[in-house]
Amino acid sequence: MLLGPSLVLSAILFSIGVVGVMIRRNAIVLFMCVELMLNAVNLSFVALSTAHGFGGQVMVFFVMTVAAAEAAVGLAIILAIFRHTKSVDLKNINLLQG
Amino acid sequence: MAEIVFYLLAVAAVGSAVLCISQKNPIPSALWLVSTMFALAGIYVLLNAQFIAAMQVLVYAGAVMVLFLFVIMLLNLGRDDQTDIKKGPVVLVAVLLGAGIVAALIATRDTSVAGLAARLGGSNPAASPLDLMGGGEVQSVAAFNNAIGSIAKPMFQTYLVPFELTSVLLLAAAVGAVVLAKRKL
Repeated sequence: MLLGPSLVLSAILFSIGVVGVMIRRNAIVLFMCVELMLNAVNLSFVALSTAHGFGGQVMVFFVMTVAAAEAAVGLAIILAIFRHTKSVDLKNINLLQG
Repeated sequence: MAEIVFYLLAVAAVGSAVLCISQKNPIPSALWLVSTMFALAGIYVLLNAQFIAAMQVLVYAGAVMVLFLFVIMLLNLGRDDQTDIKKGPVVLVAVLLGAGIVAALIATRDTSVAGLAARLGGSNPAASPLDLMGGGEVQSVAAFNNAIGSIAKPMFQTYLVPFELTSVLLLAAAVGAVVLAKRKL
């Protein structure tokens, strides 16, 4: 019976993550907003697994693994960028801009 | 009772998430994200996913967020006085887009088994998502097995190959992170 409200909460959290990605310029906060979106999707997986079986919970496990790998690699990239530009602000990262 | 706890946790999660994206300093931002994840762990318990709730606290609120805080403090980012939040119409556009996404997701949600089956399998609702996802009747199965046994069964039978592949992914990520963060190879 919590399935419907959980999906609504998941949608709200996801769009908060989207808004965060659009209004922030700090690369690390951007990563945190992506984590927020992944969490929102996890919530909808778990909510649907109450009605449709345990496969959803297994999928949440995989999402968590991929998120951990993404955080490790992404933060290493941010470290490398910080060494170049002395900043993590996205307005200073414009090497590919023509 | 469960509904009251759910709505309290939901308000906590949404409030923490909004505070997370509106703090100008990244350290409080990360701590508010931890708060969101704890609230979500509570919701997972209410949804009969105790194992996922434990993983949420251990992996997300624990390991991943410690990694974030570690990098923020390593780069000494918490001292900037100027904010990195964009100004002007882009904020309005972002909020409108977010509201649009919420409206679209809520309008298209369909929680019934038959509706999901119709979306996945077209005309044959008998080939239901229950077959696809390997389960059904979660609460009775969870009561028959324990919380971990009921998720371990599909993970190590139906999803054994993806499970093994994640170990390769984690190894690649660990090696890649070390290579990227190293000064000289």
